[in-house]
Amino acid sequence: MADKVKLYDIPEEEFLLPGNRMCAGCGLSLIYRTALKALGPNTIITVPASCLTVLHGMQGFTSVDKISVLNTPFATVAASASGIEAALEAMGKDDEVTCVAFAGDGGTTDIGIQGLSGAAERRTNFIYACYDNEAYMNTGVQRSGSTPYGSFTTTTPIYGKTEHKKNMPKILEAHDIPYVATSCAAYPLDIYAKFKRAKKIKGTKYIHILSPCPPGWGFSTKDTIKMGKLAVETGFWPLYEIENGKFSLSTPSKRLLDPAKRKPIEEYLSTQKRFNRLSNEDIEEYKRYINQSWEYIKSKNLTTQLL
Amino acid sequence: MVDQKVHEIILASIQKPVVGEAGKTGSWSRFKPKIDLDKCTVVKMNKDVCHFCWLYCPEPIISRTIPPKINYEYCKGCGICAEVCPPKAIKMVEESEL
Repeated sequence: MADKVKLYDIPEEEFLLPGNRMCAGCGLSLIYRTALKALGPNTIITVPASCLTVLHGMQGFTSVDKISVLNTPFATVAASASGIEAALEAMGKDDEVTCVAFAGDGGTTDIGIQGLSGAAERRTNFIYACYDNEAYMNTGVQRSGSTPYGSFTTTTPIYGKTEHKKNMPKILEAHDIPYVATSCAAYPLDIYAKFKRAKKIKGTKYIHILSPCPPGWGFSTKDTIKMGKLAVETGFWPLYEIENGKFSLSTPSKRLLDPAKRKPIEEYLSTQKRFNRLSNEDIEEYKRYINQSWEYIKSKNLTTQLL
Repeated sequence: MVDQKVHEIILASIQKPVVGEAGKTGSWSRFKPKIDLDKCTVVKMNKDVCHFCWLYCPEPIISRTIPPKINYEYCKGCGICAEVCPPKAIKMVEESEL
């Protein structure tokens, strides 16, 4: 389980430079800034085509300092991380250098899933971080496997997506890897703690981070933190970690086991333009979906307590 | 000769870290955060007790100092700092009012 982190435990050293290409109020920018602080300078990151490639700049110049980054084709992020890890092992440096694959939700749930599954099956010693902004935001909001139910994108029907979000952490959990965690951009301390924890564990580590996206989701740039917190507090995005099969809910989600403590989902859905066309039945469907996912968490939590 | 060329191509694909890779991003927004030092918790207590603006800023442009300093040259003006500030000491104002 990740240790509790206080604000002043986070180092002041910055790895992200100001004046980068990310949109104002970007959740990913906050995630990346915090994650790099937890990972430290001895890190090699591989990045597929995504918003993160945009952050790494055009040819010649980049906005990321002190850290080695490799830009790879879309489907190969986990495969290239496997290659880097194999090279590090051959050089005897795999203990001091951390290998991280940082991909978007498209690069994880749709295009990169076979590479990730293969790397997890081979027990490659690396961290796979997926920042989930729930569509292909980099290319102009196209639907991905991670887009939630009823969300409008440029490639969904006019009334929004008709299927629910793919539960990626659950898929990775089924690979029996030592560490699976979910986090959210609105909780930088949680992100920091989970990356610190993942860095210490040997084997494949998977962290799935929800990243609110102002232009893609349709809200004002100042509300990024508010949206992330609402996603967690309504129970839509539970924060948890599974270490060696042991399930534990993270602090922001712990009290939400009681359905009465969850905020109404309408609060989350009505503040975003992408959910404009939701009908009352769709909101009922959301309530059913959230209850169902929490039933699963309850059963997990109970088994861990019994063990 | 061939090796020399390959070497040059590899060197050309290596990117140098620079501040302001996308230009002066401070010009992206009309509104800029302004800290009211009378209300700011760290200034009032004169010790490291809050610094939420530093933690939540997506860009590394707010310093963890007393008082917190904002790099206006690269501030994109998203307004997150004004939202998360517990005593509401940060207000978004027009650039001319800074």
